[in-house]
Amino acid sequence: MTTTTASAQPGERTAGTSSPGAARERRRPPGRIRRIGLPYLLLLPALLLELLVHLVPMVIGIVMSFKELTQFYVRDWTLAPWNGLDNYSMSVDFDAPVGAALLHSFLVTCAFTVLSVGLCWLIGTAAAVCMQDAFRGRGLLRALFLVPYALPVYAAVITWAFMFQHDNGLVNHVLHDQLGLTDKPSFWLIGDNSFVALLVVSVWKGWPFAFLIVMAGLQNIPKELYEAAALDGAGVWQQIRRITLPSLRPVNQVLVLVLFLWTFNDFNTPFVLFGKAAPEAADLISIHIYQSSFVTWNFGAGSAMSVLLLLFLLVVTGAYLFLSSRSRPAAGSAEASRSVKASRTSEEGETADV
Amino acid sequence: MSRSPMAAPRSFLWTRRVFLTLLTGFVLLPVYVMVSSSLKPLEDVSSRFHWLPSNLTVRPYIDIWSTVPLAKYFLNSLIVAGAATVCSVVIAVFAAYAVSRYEFRGKRVFSVTVLSTQMFPGILFLLPLFLIYVNIGNTTGIALFGSRGGLILTYLTFSLPFSIWMLIGYFDSVPRDLDEAALVDGCGPLRALFRVVVPAAIPGIVAVAVYAFMTAWGEVLFASVMTNDATRTLAVGLQGYSTQNDVYWNQIMAASLVVSVPVVAGFLLLQRYLVAGLTAGAVK
Repeated sequence: MTTTTASAQPGERTAGTSSPGAARERRRPPGRIRRIGLPYLLLLPALLLELLVHLVPMVIGIVMSFKELTQFYVRDWTLAPWNGLDNYSMSVDFDAPVGAALLHSFLVTCAFTVLSVGLCWLIGTAAAVCMQDAFRGRGLLRALFLVPYALPVYAAVITWAFMFQHDNGLVNHVLHDQLGLTDKPSFWLIGDNSFVALLVVSVWKGWPFAFLIVMAGLQNIPKELYEAAALDGAGVWQQIRRITLPSLRPVNQVLVLVLFLWTFNDFNTPFVLFGKAAPEAADLISIHIYQSSFVTWNFGAGSAMSVLLLLFLLVVTGAYLFLSSRSRPAAGSAEASRSVKASRTSEEGETADV
Repeated sequence: MSRSPMAAPRSFLWTRRVFLTLLTGFVLLPVYVMVSSSLKPLEDVSSRFHWLPSNLTVRPYIDIWSTVPLAKYFLNSLIVAGAATVCSVVIAVFAAYAVSRYEFRGKRVFSVTVLSTQMFPGILFLLPLFLIYVNIGNTTGIALFGSRGGLILTYLTFSLPFSIWMLIGYFDSVPRDLDEAALVDGCGPLRALFRVVVPAAIPGIVAVAVYAFMTAWGEVLFASVMTNDATRTLAVGLQGYSTQNDVYWNQIMAASLVVSVPVVAGFLLLQRYLVAGLTAGAVK
């Protein structure tokens, strides 16, 4: 046992001394002058578009949040008078109707996001792990499972809206007519049930993405780990718990963050399911802000709410990345192995040059 | 990739069987509703739901084209999503190549900025973007608002961050000696990119293209604000089947099916590339 650890050390040392390789990589063959501008030229289109469609509008949005921007100023928004932090103080005054409604919408969105992300992750991971081994029909099943992800949002969600109809929907037919679980047909798209309806649709639509990512992550787990575990007598359940799930941690870290951001910002699903005015129980924040801006024509307040939402997402994402990178000491070694790989390929490149 | 050949215990096999069966049912339920309801006459979809259609008809598939100008919306969606995909992929290839193969000042800032745009709520820049497009139109005469061009521009930036991010990972996995060798042979950097790196990264590029197309084909929010009668896409056009008096559910289902077929078919054909692309690029 001691000999194995000892023999492993030189390998680690080579990993540590790989930095000269990276330095050598910076020394470039001739044609250097032309190359200096090239990366910037290659980035230019992407940069310009990101500026035009994302960054400049975001800055304008922030500016607008300090203005009293109502329908009278839509023609030229720069003419709207400044009103300092009024839009913000109105948005966070939780005793007044506007603030209270925003807080309610925020809490609904939080609950919805936690449940939806959790369920999507759980179902996606379970399905991917179940389909890790080859069995008859696996390819077909995999294709079927990706259908909800592939379907356009509006086509899928409008079908769910039909299924949730009060008089002619499938859900009431099954629950009331066939199973007799409810005394009378329930309303699904208005009232408290709408939260459940939204959650079901969101999970149905979202879990295949988790499935896809976890499935890709599983392919990177070395087969030898399982073989070694099997030799040691570990059963399938133990292999899943001891090898599969821990190996998926880096993948899960990104996956959960992406699912969180997408779900929290989701507009399309509630918009198609409920129309412009979502029921109170399913009043997601995007819809709420849309409502505040475009229906009541108060764009200043809408912008202030959007900025608050962005700040919240920034804080959560930052905290998440900070905590998850700290609680993962393995991250450093993964980085190291990656840089080793990179420097190795560059060295091979140089030998090829010679 | 797959676990050891050791026989799995019955408990695992049964759990798997039950779970996968339930999941298949959940996934296919709306698809079944879509298909079966699209073959029913209006009276049948307006009254109590029935699992099996009693009067089969293909009438809804004929009516969908006249109730709303579906063909026009279809064409608009095809143009918008197609153009957005092509532009997005080309731009992402350039950007990812620069980040993957060159050291330059501001590289980290670029990567972080591009990725962080993923977290912006669309609602935050909807109105400013709308105002920018209107202003550009007023000052330069380039009609972006209400035009397909404006929508293409918007959609291609939606898929750009993820595409760049995934392609960086993918290009990193293409051995450098390949394009270094091409450079030594006298190729310019761009020829090395298109002759060597791009062909080696086809699965990643296909994956990115599929993603970009699906993003543009399914977007609702910007489509509902930024289009007019002439440029309306399917995402908005499908709402035309519900009128004040009647909701033509059978036609909605038929139209949903028709507009889904191109994307779902394309996706299922190319999904193995998507998995391969994700494995090499994003998930590493």
